[in-house]
Amino acid sequence: MSAGQLPRWVDFGLIPVLNLVAAFLVSGLVVLLIGENPLEAVRILLWGSLGFGEGIGFTLFYATNFIFTGLAVAVAFHAGLFNIGGEGQAYIGGLGVAWACLAFDHYVPWWVTMPFALAGAAIMGAAWAFIPAWLQAKRGSHVVITTIMFNFIAAALMNYLLVNIMVKPGSMQPETRTFEAGGRLPFLNDFMPGIDFGTAPVNLALIIALLASLAVWLIVWRTRLGYEIRAFGANATAAVYAGISPVRVIVVTMLISGGLAGMMAINEIMGSQHRLLLEFVTGYGFVGIAVALMGRAHPVGIVLAAILFGMLYQGGAELSFEKPAITRDMIIVIQGLVILFAGALEHMFRPALVRFFTFSRTPAQQAG
Amino acid sequence: MFETLILIMDSTVRLSTPLLLACLAGLYSERSGVVDIGLEGKMLGAAFGAGAVAFVTGNAWLGLLAGIAVAIALALVHGFASITNRGNQIVSGVAINFLAAGLTALLGQTWFRQGGRTPPLPEGGRFGNIELPFADEVRDIPVLGGIYSELLSGHNILVYVAFLAVPVTWWILFRTRFGLRLRAVGENPAAVDTAGISVVWLRYRAVIACGILTGIAGSYLSIAQSSGFIKDMTAGKGFIALAALIFAKWRPANAMFACLLFGFLDAVAIRLQGQEIPGVGEVPVQFFQALPYILTVILLAGFIGKAIPPKASGIPYLKERT
Repeated sequence: MSAGQLPRWVDFGLIPVLNLVAAFLVSGLVVLLIGENPLEAVRILLWGSLGFGEGIGFTLFYATNFIFTGLAVAVAFHAGLFNIGGEGQAYIGGLGVAWACLAFDHYVPWWVTMPFALAGAAIMGAAWAFIPAWLQAKRGSHVVITTIMFNFIAAALMNYLLVNIMVKPGSMQPETRTFEAGGRLPFLNDFMPGIDFGTAPVNLALIIALLASLAVWLIVWRTRLGYEIRAFGANATAAVYAGISPVRVIVVTMLISGGLAGMMAINEIMGSQHRLLLEFVTGYGFVGIAVALMGRAHPVGIVLAAILFGMLYQGGAELSFEKPAITRDMIIVIQGLVILFAGALEHMFRPALVRFFTFSRTPAQQAG
Repeated sequence: MFETLILIMDSTVRLSTPLLLACLAGLYSERSGVVDIGLEGKMLGAAFGAGAVAFVTGNAWLGLLAGIAVAIALALVHGFASITNRGNQIVSGVAINFLAAGLTALLGQTWFRQGGRTPPLPEGGRFGNIELPFADEVRDIPVLGGIYSELLSGHNILVYVAFLAVPVTWWILFRTRFGLRLRAVGENPAAVDTAGISVVWLRYRAVIACGILTGIAGSYLSIAQSSGFIKDMTAGKGFIALAALIFAKWRPANAMFACLLFGFLDAVAIRLQGQEIPGVGEVPVQFFQALPYILTVILLAGFIGKAIPPKASGIPYLKERT
């Protein structure tokens, strides 16, 4: 059952595809159950997400969120850590973005605000990951549990701040004032002539997300720190014997992970909403787990998986518009099924495949 | 003052009940070595199943059975993924939470067309409150009468089931052969296997027990506490139950006290909303909402005793290494 029994293309190509197909087949059954035609649904979903400029724009906009949260989960994976606190870290990251934008937007153009907003997002997200990381490293309390707890603490904190402190004076809505032009990232439409994404809010954050993917690849596979992270993840005991400090690896990895999750807020808050509001994360953090699993914790895989989930989001919205019987909750069902089949049941097809490939290879070896 | 206290305690009991049932559910699962962060999803699925069937049949008991069936089905999915396929238990739990949140809203809209909620239950579709004997007669006795007739009497049957489940769980876990093996399989599955006992079957039974209890917990929400299912009605209760389980250090009696504490915080938060506490001022309601999680983190940090999970929890059992 271990890796290496199968050719690499099966491990990294065929198995994820099989898992995905299984998830989509079950999703099709759900669509049948509520009395709609699954093939028709697939057609609308594909057309809605890729069929026209605005659809592609929305797909890429959602994908940007998923790239950040997927990278966050993946980096932690490499150290053998499970950060399911992306939800809370992204939420608190929004605070950093909003502070920078509210402070500067009247005075300077967006490209001066952006570094501060980026730093704010990353620092706040990392800070929110720091306590769980430190508790895991020093006290041995499991990072999964503490990050779950921190998701809820973040929700309560943000609720308090937005309702009581940061709310726009005189407004009933628990949200900050809208940022001026100095606190808004340019849409891709604005600086890439010739591309028409319509009203889709896909913005500069997409480029930042792609750069972040490259940075993650460099850190994990091309630096000493990345080597320590992977060594610790592969065999913590051996890594410690080799002189790698477990406290350092755990804390630094979680800071990177939290920072990446926090940067998701750049896309939503500075790129699209232009104000801080309640519950702008709504599941992106959790879906990051699925993205990281499907992308095999590799930046290239994550970008591809993020685009797939972006298609689901945008296509699903289009689907609920065309077919009111299939509400947006269908997307949540599909996400759940993808997480189940690509994540928890990822080994389901493996024994059969191992049997198939060893069987087909043995005669060849005997002949040779 | 005394009456206020009784009222707060009364709502504490009502608010603790779903937490307690879910917490004991998690206790069975985690004691056997299967980590379950899908308590939330199973409760939500059960709440929907119970609400839907109770509305259609007009029978609360059938609703309860349906709720339990839904929760067991989800529990078996978790078991299949984490026991049979040795998948990641956290991931499986997350998947179940997603599935339950999506499917309940989707099917609710398809079947009842009320934006994901089930219609209000008909007469008999909901568990009524039970007056204990002589509750009315003793009401006027000072202190004790109030406690008996207001606090102990007048709850629905599932409340009593929840609190009865505490000693029963203790007895099963610590006084039966099944319980001994269940705890052993959570600490050292290889030893249990060597003794010729099936690790897989033991863990499946633990997961099914977890399904039954989360089923009751979810049904309580939709057909006892309120009258019908509302979209996302668990609202994080499954995670508070998980926090309570850690807070209770995986022990039944402690679980009851932890859930009562967290329920009490909830009751106080509702009571104090917009009111000033002398000397402190107005405490934001969000503080009380976050307090269970903050307390659990402090506990995990090792400042209030130490929470040591079952040793094999979260680790899939591989019978033989090849």
